[in-house]
Amino acid sequence: MQDLLSLGQTALELGLISSLTVLALFLSYSMLGVCDLSTDGCFTFGAAVGAVVAIAGHPYLSLLAAVGAGVLSGFVTAILQTKMGINSLLAGIIVNTGLYSVGIAVMGNSSQLNLNKVRTVFTDLKDLLSGTFLEKQYKLIVALIAVAVAVVLLVLFLRTRLGSAIRATGDNPVMVRSSSINPAFTTIVGLCAANALTGLSGCLLAQSQKSVNIDIGSGMVTIALASLLIGNTLTGKRKIPMRAVGAVLGAFLFRLVYTIALRFNMPAFLLKLVSAIIVVLAISIPYLKSQFPYFKRRLELKKRKDGERNA
Amino acid sequence: MLELIDISKTFSPGTVNERVALNKLSLTVNDGDFITIIGSNGAGKSTLLNAISGYFLTDSGRIVLDGQDITLMPEFRRSRFIGRLFQDPMSGTAPNMTIEENLALAAGTGGWLHTIDHADRERFREQLSLLGMGLENRLKHPVGTLSGGQRQALTLIMATINPPKLLLLDEHTAALDPTAAEKILAVTDKIVKEHRLTCLMITHNMQSALEFGNRTLMMDAGNILLDVSGEERGKLTVNDLLEQFRSLVGKSLTNDRMLLRNE
Repeated sequence: MQDLLSLGQTALELGLISSLTVLALFLSYSMLGVCDLSTDGCFTFGAAVGAVVAIAGHPYLSLLAAVGAGVLSGFVTAILQTKMGINSLLAGIIVNTGLYSVGIAVMGNSSQLNLNKVRTVFTDLKDLLSGTFLEKQYKLIVALIAVAVAVVLLVLFLRTRLGSAIRATGDNPVMVRSSSINPAFTTIVGLCAANALTGLSGCLLAQSQKSVNIDIGSGMVTIALASLLIGNTLTGKRKIPMRAVGAVLGAFLFRLVYTIALRFNMPAFLLKLVSAIIVVLAISIPYLKSQFPYFKRRLELKKRKDGERNA
Repeated sequence: MLELIDISKTFSPGTVNERVALNKLSLTVNDGDFITIIGSNGAGKSTLLNAISGYFLTDSGRIVLDGQDITLMPEFRRSRFIGRLFQDPMSGTAPNMTIEENLALAAGTGGWLHTIDHADRERFREQLSLLGMGLENRLKHPVGTLSGGQRQALTLIMATINPPKLLLLDEHTAALDPTAAEKILAVTDKIVKEHRLTCLMITHNMQSALEFGNRTLMMDAGNILLDVSGEERGKLTVNDLLEQFRSLVGKSLTNDRMLLRNE
């Protein structure tokens, strides 16, 4: 029982921290309609910048710095696709590749940093809670606060004219232009905001596990997309606040299933394959469903012809 | 007042597909003009509206609206004073957003952080009730659930909620069934009159071309063949128009979708 509880708690902590990246994709993929492949690099970049600033002795500034790093990364991706004619998928891949070098440079020409004795929001809260019954929940509380703030801000933002314009850009850019709004502008704002969340997500993961290495974000985009799509199937076609909460739930569920699978001796390296398969299934099932009638009718036709031939 | 001075546009220049869509076309549109435009396939009708709305940069010539040269102004900026409807009812609205969200973007009240409030909804209801389609009671419905005619009507309201200096209609009823088309045309006429809009309307319906507006242009080969208004236009019949075309071009007017009169 104790074991199961701690299992759930780990899943919840990791799920909440990575749900910030899921919320980022909720904004860029579901709302803006851009599949942002710079997510992996941006996650690592946020983690690296956050770690370096925390090591320098600024635990709170490190969160802000990670957000800033995310905004910068999103800005570059957006400029490449809106002002320089580069395909949006390619723009993401290019930034992702470039950020690998930038990440190592930020960490002082090293591919990893240790945060063992470094003061962070997590250690601060741990000290604050020591001796109380919440002593062991410090990671959860930090993650919960961050996610709650992110969800509320995101939902409020999407209700504004600017947020609405970002949604419309994903829905019908022609209509956006007719409304005297530049879709290039909304794409830039949307990607900056989304990547701010991704950067923060990376920073919190690094600080909670007290280390960062250059591969910390590898595969994040697929993992987050899998979580987002799980969330989508949970909520269905509902209003935006519910869908945002669904994205967070999806992230948690994904981590929970993964953690349980680990307990049943699934090797950890399978995580990425599993997330890849989930994304493939979630996206292809609706398509395959729509193709099913053709398949069925063809089969029926074949049967009838065979029947006629035999008759 | 809109002035087009010697505008030209050639598509795919230097290739086998080269096509002169606009050929040194000049036109002056006076304030309050409601111009109907007819012409054969490939005459340059849509290209003309695309040039005015800024969909592409013309190869040469100037476009001046109310004394301001807008030749180089990007499309999204021009749309502040140029409203536009396309043939495809899907192109003017965002289907996954609600009616009020669509209208709010078009209306553009308040700053970037403005959210839809009571006053906005009142204004939207009032505008939508002009249509007589009951859309004013469906503000929270996604636009994707509306019929083509309803979507086109909503687009019309969106394009005119801030009365534009110029309204461009590119066969905006061609994709609708006859009943819906008739209704949208009637509403268009009503709104144009109410706001005293300056309007350019391409139509494939020769009858509507003479029935609506105060001036009719006939286009061919990227230029204006005939420009009639006033008394002269009042006396014209559909047959006169066809006859005019034949004598000016030397062949008969052909257009895939052309209707000689209302069914």
